[in-house]
Amino acid sequence: MDKNSTSIIIKPSRGWRLIPIKELVQYQDLLYFLTLRGIKAKYAQSILGIGWAIIQPLFSAVVFTIIFGNLAQVDSAGLPYIIFSYLGMLPWLYFSNTLNEASNSLLANANMLSKVYFPRLVLPLSATFSKLLDFLIGLMVLIGLLFYYHIQPGIEILLFPLLLLILLSTSLGIGMLLASLSIQYRDVKHALAFIVQLLMYASPVVYSTTAVPAQFQFWYTLNPMVGVIENFRAIFTNTPVHWNWLWIALLMSVLMLICGALVFKRLEKTFADLA
Amino acid sequence: MKAIEVNNISKHYRIGLRQQKGDTFVGQLLNTLKSPINNFKRIRNMSKLNAQDETLFKALNDISFSVNKGEVLGIIGHNGAGKSTLLKILSRITEPTSGEIKLNGRVSALLEVGTGFHPELTGRDNIYMNGTILGMTKKEIDYKLDEIIDFSGIETHIDTPVKFYSSGMKVRLGFAVAAHLEPEILIIDEVLAVGDVEFQQKCLGKMQHVSRDEGRTILFVSHQMTAVKNLCTRCITLNHGDIQYDGNVSTAIDKYLSNGLNMSETGIIPVDMKRDYASTSMQFTRVQLLNHINMPHKDFYYGEPIQIKVSFTIHEPIPHHNLSVMIGTLDGQRIVFSEKNSEATDGRLEPGSYEASLSLNTPLLPGSYSVYLGFSLLTGKTLDWVERVHDFHVLKTGFEKNKEYRWEESWGYVLNQTNWQLKKV
Repeated sequence: MDKNSTSIIIKPSRGWRLIPIKELVQYQDLLYFLTLRGIKAKYAQSILGIGWAIIQPLFSAVVFTIIFGNLAQVDSAGLPYIIFSYLGMLPWLYFSNTLNEASNSLLANANMLSKVYFPRLVLPLSATFSKLLDFLIGLMVLIGLLFYYHIQPGIEILLFPLLLLILLSTSLGIGMLLASLSIQYRDVKHALAFIVQLLMYASPVVYSTTAVPAQFQFWYTLNPMVGVIENFRAIFTNTPVHWNWLWIALLMSVLMLICGALVFKRLEKTFADLA
Repeated sequence: MKAIEVNNISKHYRIGLRQQKGDTFVGQLLNTLKSPINNFKRIRNMSKLNAQDETLFKALNDISFSVNKGEVLGIIGHNGAGKSTLLKILSRITEPTSGEIKLNGRVSALLEVGTGFHPELTGRDNIYMNGTILGMTKKEIDYKLDEIIDFSGIETHIDTPVKFYSSGMKVRLGFAVAAHLEPEILIIDEVLAVGDVEFQQKCLGKMQHVSRDEGRTILFVSHQMTAVKNLCTRCITLNHGDIQYDGNVSTAIDKYLSNGLNMSETGIIPVDMKRDYASTSMQFTRVQLLNHINMPHKDFYYGEPIQIKVSFTIHEPIPHHNLSVMIGTLDGQRIVFSEKNSEATDGRLEPGSYEASLSLNTPLLPGSYSVYLGFSLLTGKTLDWVERVHDFHVLKTGFEKNKEYRWEESWGYVLNQTNWQLKKV
């Protein structure tokens, strides 16, 4: 909070509004503590604590390896299936966990919404950030796995920050959209589990993109998770980067972020009344 | 310069209506099939406030006022008068439907103690959580942390998860954080209602200190009239979304206390009045209090016999009944109860107008009182229930000579008429 005397005008807002970056910066400490709260509260009073961040992706990858790699013999683009599936699982789990958390962030904190003013955007934002820790821990495990299988990433690993950014903005964008809709329409809450599952099969988590028929490829790649997951695999295993998909994913994720933020800002005024 | 300028603020809400029920099985089935469409229409309309219909509720009606710097403004009113809505708009939690507010200075709103507390986090973590939600920065909290912990008085438990706290400890911690906010405008809702008396005093003291010595503007909503009287320099009484009075604190409190519609003045109960137990079979219409010469009156001498006359209309035959008359204080505390039960089989009342009368045999001590009425079947089903129907006052002047009430304060509500016996033992 700045020390200068400030003047605030309160009046009904109409139509689309921009994101108040300045105000978000003012409340950065709140964002920090909410993120911290998300992390601390999640692992409070558990024996393994943060260890669950390792178990979740690893276990899923192992299960998928047994079912899809060994039993169903799904094509894994020449990689050991566990690497193939872990590289899909890591960004996917981040995406789905964040989506769940962010979509639920407004309803879960309805009490705060109706009792105090703060930029509402910090709620889905903090959900997005608090899941990053799990992701980073999962990344450590990935490095261990790569060592074990003697796989060396190439120079394309430098694309990692860009992929992370696409991943973040996709999750946040959809998260904001669903969060703001869920305040008025509680159906979102019920549909979410099902949507996430559907989206997983629409992304190359357990199978490779080569399995998708060519005539559907374009529509398929509009899902930014396709570009993220396939290129995740590419940069960590030193296989050719799919530039087309990367750019589409980038474009789509920015689009989602903007749409999500706009819808969020537009519906924001109803949050306290309907939550 | 004004600290707060409120211009023509209105706030509307959508309220729920009872859903239509089908009369027949087929009708009910059709309704069930159509319910997603109806639900969609209903939910979509919750945020649309332009259409005027019966589901539109006006919580605030074109409110305007302004507050000077350093003023402590109390806002009082009955439940549903619009106090909380006004505070929510002022603290930017919700937007007004129309109108504009100008706030000059940093605002902190305290509508709840300990917002954002997470049960799994320690007291220390929650101080940071709560503090940043209220708009403080981490640096500010770092600086004041020791002071906050000290004020809360729970040093020994500060590193324990809050879920192990007693509710009193949570309140203390929350208030300790809030007391260290340094806004220019402070908005407080009802929060003093929680916590023990001693701690309440500590908080009131801190607030008084803040407003008097540091010249801050405070907006204070409370049902505790003593707190309002002690703290505020000006007071607004809200009634059904309108400003009923704005000015002097004690006048505002009087207005608030005598706000039981007009009926508390005349004893006439409006037919179209909204009642909690609406029934079509009977309605109270009027109550009158008669003094010793059978004149309707509102002021009675101390010790004067009072006759209560209750009028009601029966619209449909009623098999049996229970009529109760209660005398209570203006704030709803009932003191004297009296009832009349009919015979279970032989108490039939045919449609028409009725009048019941009874005498109040219990002498009341000086003060303000009101009449409360209830009418039910012997089965317990309430047919009508009205509160604060007729206000009246008992004066200190005695009805009989040399029998006036001699004390400054009323030491109770009713006089116990008894024979005292005193002897040396």
